[in-house]
Amino acid sequence: MKEIKITKDKWKKSITKSKERDYRFESVSGEPVEILYTPEDIEGLNYLKDLGFPGEFPFTRGVYPNMYRGRLWTMRQFSGFGTPEDTNKRYKYLLKQGQTGLSVAFDFPTLYGRDSNDPFSLGEVGRCGVAVDTLRDMEIIFDGIPLESISTSMTINPPAAMLLAMYIAVGEKQGVPSEQLTGTIQNDMLKEYQAQKTWIYPPEPSMRIITDILGYCSDQVPKWNTISISGYHIREAGATALQELAFTLANGFTYVDYGIKAGVPVDKFAPRLSFFFNSHLDFFEEIAKYRAARRIWAREMRNRYGAKDPRSWLMRFHTQTAGCTLTAQQPENNIVRVAFQALAAVLGGTQSLHTNSMDETYALPAEKAVKIALRTQQLLAYETGVANTIDPLGGSYYVETLTNKLEEQAYQYFEKIKSFGGVIPAIEAGFFQREIAESAYRYQREVEKRQKIVVGVNEFIEEEQPKMELLKIQPEVEKHQVERLNQVRRERNNQRVKERLRELRSAAHNGDNLMPKILNAVRVYATLGEMCNVLKEEFGEYEEPLIF
Amino acid sequence: MIVKGVIMAGKIRVLVAKPGLDGHDRGAKVVAAALRDAGMEVIYTGLHQTPEQIVEAAIQEDVDFIGISILSGAHMTIFPRILKLLQDKGAGHIIVSGGGIIPREDMEKLEKVGVKKLFGPGTPTSEIVEWAREVIKK
Repeated sequence: MKEIKITKDKWKKSITKSKERDYRFESVSGEPVEILYTPEDIEGLNYLKDLGFPGEFPFTRGVYPNMYRGRLWTMRQFSGFGTPEDTNKRYKYLLKQGQTGLSVAFDFPTLYGRDSNDPFSLGEVGRCGVAVDTLRDMEIIFDGIPLESISTSMTINPPAAMLLAMYIAVGEKQGVPSEQLTGTIQNDMLKEYQAQKTWIYPPEPSMRIITDILGYCSDQVPKWNTISISGYHIREAGATALQELAFTLANGFTYVDYGIKAGVPVDKFAPRLSFFFNSHLDFFEEIAKYRAARRIWAREMRNRYGAKDPRSWLMRFHTQTAGCTLTAQQPENNIVRVAFQALAAVLGGTQSLHTNSMDETYALPAEKAVKIALRTQQLLAYETGVANTIDPLGGSYYVETLTNKLEEQAYQYFEKIKSFGGVIPAIEAGFFQREIAESAYRYQREVEKRQKIVVGVNEFIEEEQPKMELLKIQPEVEKHQVERLNQVRRERNNQRVKERLRELRSAAHNGDNLMPKILNAVRVYATLGEMCNVLKEEFGEYEEPLIF
Repeated sequence: MIVKGVIMAGKIRVLVAKPGLDGHDRGAKVVAAALRDAGMEVIYTGLHQTPEQIVEAAIQEDVDFIGISILSGAHMTIFPRILKLLQDKGAGHIIVSGGGIIPREDMEKLEKVGVKKLFGPGTPTSEIVEWAREVIKK
C-alpha cells in the first residue's frame, strides 16, 4: 500500500500539467468525483464484513446466492389506462410479448379512493391509469389471467387495503386461495406525504391501516409483499441519490417500528417488506446506491431490530428508470437513456425492473414505445452478458468508495431525522418536502446555466420535432365507467352493503383489524369511494404544509 | 390554503395552481421559485384545487396571470373550465398559461381556445420569465 501511495502521489504531480476540459466533474446529485480511485480509497474495506458473498450477510453483493443465474429479474412494465377492458387487453398483449409479471397503474380517482362519479374525478377517469370503482372492475381487469401463476404489483397507497381486498376476492372467484396469491401493494404512505402527494388520511391513521395490513397478511396472504418502500417518487420529485437512499431507508425503519409497536413480531412481517428505487442517469452512483441500501438494511434489521430470520435482513427491490430524465426534445434519445439506466439497475442487483417508454413526456406510452422498452430489458438479459456473473462491479475502487460514502452520508441524514423526533414529525415540519424542493430547484438552475448538459435540451438542440403516434384515451371512458358504476349499484344488495360499511366503521372506531371488514364490504360490491369515505369520516383528512 | 410573499406595487403577480387530483408538484414548485427569484409576486395554491377555487383565488389575489401545472391528462377538461369561469366572473383579462404532460396537438387546441401560452417539459424557467415580462407590461 505504501508503494501505491508513493507512486500515486508522483502520478498526481505528473498530471498537474495536463489541462482538464471546462466541465464540472461531479455526479448527477452534485457529489464531487475524483480523477482516479485506487486501493488507497478502500484501504479499510473488510471483504467478509463489508461485502460478503451473495445471499449472505450483509448482502452488499446481492440478496440471492446465485442471483440472475438462478432466475432473471422480473420484467414488469407498469401499465393501465382507460376502462378495465382496455387494461385487460394491454396485459394480455404484454404477457404475450414475454413480460413476466403485471403491474397495475390506477387512475387518479382510484389512487385517491374516489368513485368515477365524484366531482373531483371530472376529466381524470381512466386518464393516468385504469379506473376501479368496485370488485366488478377488478374482475374484468384480470379476466382470463390466472392469479395462481402470475404475480401482480399494484401501485396504490391510501386505498391499498381496498384494492388488495378486491384482488383477494378476484382470487376467490377464480378458486385461488389467498395463501397462494403473489404480488405487491405499494402501501407506502410516508413517501406520499414527502414526495408523491397522494393522500387521504393524516399520518397516524394511515400508519394504523398499514399495520393492519401487515398483521392480516402475515397470516392470510403470506406470500404478498405488504409494503413497497419507495424511493422512486422521492427521486422523481427532485431528490438526490443520497436523499432517495436515506429517506427511503428512514421510512422503512419507521414501518418496522410501527409494526413492532402494533404487536406483530418483526420476523413475521419484515420478510414481506420490499423496496422500490429509481434508476437515474449517474451510472456508478446508482449502482453504489443499491449496494449501500442492501448493506444498511441488513445491518439495521439484524443489529437494531434483532430480526433472527435471514429473510428479514434481505432488501429485495424493484427498479424503475427515471421518468424525470426523459426529454420531450428528440424523444428517441430516451430509448438510450432508459437502456443505460436499466443496465445500472441490473448491475445493482434489482429483483424486478420497469423500463420507461420514449414517449412518456407527452402521454401514456403507445404500444410500440412500450414494446421497445420491454425489448431493452430482454436485450440486456440475453445479449449483453451482464447477467452471467454476480455484482461484476464489486471490488471496483470507485464503486466501493461510492458505496461507503453513500452509507456514511445516509447515517448523517438518519441523525437529522431523529432530531425532529422521527419521520412523521419531520414530515409535519416540512423537512423532507423542503429538502426535495431545494434539490429540484438547484438541478433546474444548473441545467439552465448549462452546468449540467441535457442532450437535446440545452446542447445539441434541433428545432425540428419528430411527429409521434401517441396513445389517446377516448373521452367516452368516463361515461362508460360511470354507467357501469351505476349498474353495479343498482344490481347489488344495498342493504348488505350498508351493514358491511357499518361494520367497517365500528372496526375503525374500536381498533379491530380493518382488513376482514374491508374484504367483506368488497365482496358485496361496496364502492371504493364508499369504503374510503367511511374511514375519512372516522380518521379525518390530511392537509399539507406548503413549501416552495 | 394559500402562501404568499410581501405585496409590492408594480410587481407582476402570478398564481401558480395545481388543479385536480394530480400530486406531481415538482414542476409547479420549481417554476414558482424561479418566478419569485425573478422578482414576481408568486401565490401558490397548493395541491388538489378545483377550477372554481383557482379562479376565485386568482380574482381575490388580483393576479396578472395564472400558471397551471397539470400532468394527469385532464388538461382538455380543466383549462377550458377555468377559461369559462374567468369569463363568467368578468375576469377574462387574467391571462391563463400552463405546462405539464400535454401532447403538442392538445397544446395547439388549447392555445386556440384562449390559453395564452403552454410550456412543455424541458422549457427553461428563464423563458417563462421573459414571456411573462413581455405579455404583462408593468
